[in-house]
Amino acid sequence: MTDATGHALTLAHITHRFGEFVAARDINLEIRPGELISLLGPSGCGKTTLLKIIAGFQRQSEGDVLVDGQSISHLPPNRRRIGIVFQNYALFPHMTVAENVGYGLAAAGKPKNEIAATVEEMLAVVQMTAFGGRLPRELSGGQQQRVALARCLAIRPRILLLDEPFSALDKNLRLDMQIEIKHLQRQSGITTVLVTHDQEEALSISDRIAVLSRGHLEQFDTPTEIYDRPRSLFVNTFVGTANLIPGVLETKTAHDASIRIGETVVVVPLPGPVAIGAPVLVSVRPEALRLSSSPGGLPVRIAAVLPIGPSLIYEALLADGTPVKVVQDRAGSDAALSDTAFLTIMAHRISGLFAKPSQS
Amino acid sequence: MAGAMEKKSNEWRLALPLTLFFVVFFVAPLFLLIGISFQAERRMTGALGLNQYTAFLGDRLNLEVLGDTLLLGVKATLLCLIFGYPLAWLIARVSARLQALLIFLVILPIVTSVVVRTFAWIVILGRRGIFNDAIVALGLSPTPLHLLFSETGVVIVLTQVQMPLMVLPLVTVLQRIDPNLASASQALGASAWRTFFKITLPLSMPGIIAGVILTYTACVTAFVTQSLIGGSRLLYMPMMIFQQAMDLQNWPFAAAVSVMFMISVLVIVGLLVALSRSRAAQLYG
Ligand SMILES: Nc1ncnc2c1ncn2[C@@H]1O[C@H](COP(=O)(O)OP(=O)(O)O)[C@@H](O)[C@H]1O
Ligand SMILES: [Mg+2]
Repeated sequence: MTDATGHALTLAHITHRFGEFVAARDINLEIRPGELISLLGPSGCGKTTLLKIIAGFQRQSEGDVLVDGQSISHLPPNRRRIGIVFQNYALFPHMTVAENVGYGLAAAGKPKNEIAATVEEMLAVVQMTAFGGRLPRELSGGQQQRVALARCLAIRPRILLLDEPFSALDKNLRLDMQIEIKHLQRQSGITTVLVTHDQEEALSISDRIAVLSRGHLEQFDTPTEIYDRPRSLFVNTFVGTANLIPGVLETKTAHDASIRIGETVVVVPLPGPVAIGAPVLVSVRPEALRLSSSPGGLPVRIAAVLPIGPSLIYEALLADGTPVKVVQDRAGSDAALSDTAFLTIMAHRISGLFAKPSQS
Repeated sequence: MAGAMEKKSNEWRLALPLTLFFVVFFVAPLFLLIGISFQAERRMTGALGLNQYTAFLGDRLNLEVLGDTLLLGVKATLLCLIFGYPLAWLIARVSARLQALLIFLVILPIVTSVVVRTFAWIVILGRRGIFNDAIVALGLSPTPLHLLFSETGVVIVLTQVQMPLMVLPLVTVLQRIDPNLASASQALGASAWRTFFKITLPLSMPGIIAGVILTYTACVTAFVTQSLIGGSRLLYMPMMIFQQAMDLQNWPFAAAVSVMFMISVLVIVGLLVALSRSRAAQLYG
């Protein structure tokens, strides 16, 4: 349905300013052919701006957009062959589903019978064959999204852009559509850039994730790397749940660092980011902690227990009052836990050591 | 529940004052007018008949005046649309502050007195007016054009005066169109022109039809503009009715002319409304 091989997309030193305000700052992304990447970040971090720059609706202040190594920055949106599905789908309300899907082909001056055949094929791909004669307002949200996708794929775009594609769908449908889009994308091999502020969505669907914060690219990596080895405090706290336990750096080598937390010392297999004696934050995911009733580790007070399906989520307070979330298997958890317990950190699963930001 | 029912059944009373006003000052005179139009004789002896209508339809001159008037409306309305659409498009796109300023400029003709602005136009369009001075100075014509007391002049002035009636509904409709639709069209490979003709124009059709209806009815009935700018040599329906009623005191004939004029305009407006209904049904269900 698309060209046999995907196309590479490169953002080179993209900077975008709205007046004084910098919405994107020196963004560099090398997206490989056939890859599905997510632009992830909180609202207002510049995701839509980047998408508009790629599609050509907005001209970047500096930098270049390249497809297969060729600059497309000088091309208007209608000559870029980059498909975009808007958050609100933007289906043409006065045209039927079939007319919507055939729109791009008609604009390209394709003969009627070829348009009809492609429309038929595209509607089959998104399982909307029976709906060709309907108007967009006669469709549900999920169906509208399928049509928007079919309309976009019908012109065989080189790149597919999806702006918050699942945010308007309810939760059950969202998962179905995520699986379906992932499947379609795999099948067609089309290079895809998806914008989302939902980290779970980004983690589950993407080959790689670009985490953005205030116009700055924080990290561009695979979901597991982003989750297990966040490179900044921002990425660490934005993706997944992270406990930040304050400590002091005691000794460090090239490969590890020992951190004093209260009365105990933990050796972390990560290089220390600060000078010896300086405060650090140790980031530990809830599943990398264990609670036990027998002494050893950090003494904690348990503030709350929430049973969530097969797991238990504990909210524990360290001696200095720092709250810590702990996830345990219900089966594997210590039945004898009372109000006070002891917390062990699985040192090899610590996801990051960060300099403690100075209070400001 | 009972309270709501009671409230509902009482609500019609709110419309009573307006209804009364409407009946006394619009419906009653209208029926009076229609009644008078069936008076067979000028003296209104009470004898009824279609004499006035046959007299109106029997004279080609009358039909020409009717045709001229309806055509005048078409010309001025078309010009309003041609100039008003780009203006409305611009207003729908600029920043809020500029938008307020532009809308103020557009409605300015409504808030100035009709007599004042008509005389202003007489000064502008006259043989030695700024318009003709400019045309002669630019070498576009060796002699001044006859704009005043000509249909061209009437059309120009009507276009300016009735512009707000066209622009305001258009602005409303254009602002409601999702800007992503135009973006989507472009991303699908359509040029700016194709996007305009396939997306923006069809979606603004309800506004175009509303604007056309308002402008058209205002143009064909613009008595002051038609008679002051058109002068005594050009005759349109409102002036004809005025002459028959006031100068010749021929009330039955004036009434019949009025009814014929009203029916003609209503037929045109009715067609436009039907068109807009089907359009709106297609767009918004
Ligand atoms: N046309 C514009 N003019 C001025 N500022 C803008 C404009 N568009 C976006 N911005 C600003 O740029 C920043 C990034 O916006 P956007 O890319 O829409 O963020 P996101 O999609 O990540 O929520 C925001 O702070 C927003 O206020
Ligand atoms: Mg956005």
